[in-house]
Amino acid sequence: MRVLPPLLRRKPAVAVLMCVPLFALILGLVAYPFFHALFLATLNKAETAFVGLDNFTFLFGRQTFWMVVRQSLLFALVAVVFKALIGLAAAHAINTIPTKGQRKWRGMMLIPWVIPPALSTLGWWWLFEPTYSAINWGLTKFAMPAVPWLSDTFWARFSIILVNVWVGAPFFLIMYLAALKSIPGELYEAAEMDGAGPWQKFFFITLPMIRNIIAITTLFSIIVTLANFDIVRVLTQGGPLNTTHLFATYAFRVGIESGDIPLGASVSLFMFPMLAILAFIILRNVRRRAASLA
Amino acid sequence: MTAIPFKTAPSLRSNRRWALIAAYACLGIFVVFFLFPPYYMLVTSLKTNAEIAELASNPWIVTDGVTLGHYEHLLTESSFPRFFLNTTIVTVIVVAITMVISVLAAYSLARLRFWGSGVLATGVFLTYLVPDTLLFIPLFKIVGWLGLLDTYWSLVLVYPTLTVPFCTWIMIGYFGSIPRELDEAALIDGANHMQMLLKVFIPVALPGLIAATIFAFTVAWANFLYPLAYIYSESEMVLTVGTVTTLIKGDVFHWGGLMAGALLAAAPPVILYAFLMDYYIAGLTSGATKG
Repeated sequence: MRVLPPLLRRKPAVAVLMCVPLFALILGLVAYPFFHALFLATLNKAETAFVGLDNFTFLFGRQTFWMVVRQSLLFALVAVVFKALIGLAAAHAINTIPTKGQRKWRGMMLIPWVIPPALSTLGWWWLFEPTYSAINWGLTKFAMPAVPWLSDTFWARFSIILVNVWVGAPFFLIMYLAALKSIPGELYEAAEMDGAGPWQKFFFITLPMIRNIIAITTLFSIIVTLANFDIVRVLTQGGPLNTTHLFATYAFRVGIESGDIPLGASVSLFMFPMLAILAFIILRNVRRRAASLA
Repeated sequence: MTAIPFKTAPSLRSNRRWALIAAYACLGIFVVFFLFPPYYMLVTSLKTNAEIAELASNPWIVTDGVTLGHYEHLLTESSFPRFFLNTTIVTVIVVAITMVISVLAAYSLARLRFWGSGVLATGVFLTYLVPDTLLFIPLFKIVGWLGLLDTYWSLVLVYPTLTVPFCTWIMIGYFGSIPRELDEAALIDGANHMQMLLKVFIPVALPGLIAATIFAFTVAWANFLYPLAYIYSESEMVLTVGTVTTLIKGDVFHWGGLMAGALLAAAPPVILYAFLMDYYIAGLTSGATKG
């Protein structure tokens, strides 16, 4: 019989004590602000009177707001699809070449993910500059027309998606590469014995094996992309004519710059139902994955 | 006639060779796509103002002589060193706070079950999914009540909401994977919880600790929304906001200085990444897979 030290009997007290800072942080700076946002959203601009759901009905009546909703969803879906495809292609390519060279290629491709997005977007902004655009210089060299990157609605939307894909694709690359590495090599060898080609191996072994990681990564990315702020803020500030605003940049414009805090809080809160649904699905996926690993 | 032997031998070997060629072609295209913007930023930062303003020459190379003038100006005659100092102060404090809070909580949640610990662990994961853009307006009010508006201490207050959940989450994963025999042995030797944490858990889970530290560092260094919303005075600004807002004004051909500023501001995370890439990647991938 082992004599247990007295500390073990006092376990719960110590355990709770160690979680107090974490608990205080979540309670004070996440949960409380969330409920405070709900409260703020029911006030008038001067925050002197309770107006119920007037902020929301006001938003529902504004064309700009619906444009923001449409643009946010369009932006998130298109950007995530391209990030996922590029990430998968790049991860697959890295996994194909000899192990010796993989580190080098992976290292170079992750650089966009490491530079703070607000700063790399400055570089893109300069690349898109109307008069000096170095991309347009290249296009005209090959006898193609110069593109109005940030002044035309279509191209402005295209540009922010392009920059977002550039920043975010490396994240998919890392996740997919880790998943690809976890597939046992014997599976491919067996398939080759049976005469499977590269596409068959991809569709019947690779994809089913990394399905769960694709799902989790995509859901994560939808959240981050939907909530994006930096790129649009630096590149277009929501222009031309508010057509590239996302929830976050529009909330910033309304709440901080125009000083209508309750209305800004309402715009931000619109993200919440979508985020909650995504978070719920992710949690289920992560739990299932944890259960399958255990 | 001579073509026949080639036709009848589409072997595995040639299949592999084509896959390899396709892979390298693919990688070449991707590397160009991922690296041309930082390359162009670097080229611009080394050009003279006259060359930047000139439209005829190839913008992708320096033709008129390399200059470090933009960097010199940035470091001696602008607020850039102030931004750098502020960012460093904020980041170091935030990383320290983050690691203390998350290591303590992760140890407790991974090993010492108590009433509600499961719910708290799930809560940590859900908090990690809350983006900064959801709560920046109510936090603006809170920062204001505390009298921290327009100081970088507001960032020290709010950044942990972005760093602590993820760091706690991955530390729970790392601590959870330590075999229980190890802490039982330590307990029998009479170790208390603090000794066990410092002498057993932290050394064994050091890779996880490094990954979490890098994550906290990167997030605190790169955030843009909070400083943009809460800080207005140049003397209190951090790098991201200082570079984007203050370096843009002035003469028309500010691009050289702007690119130099953006590159210098991005240098610390990039350098850290260059040396600790494997930890960086381990941290990212374990965030979604451990649990």
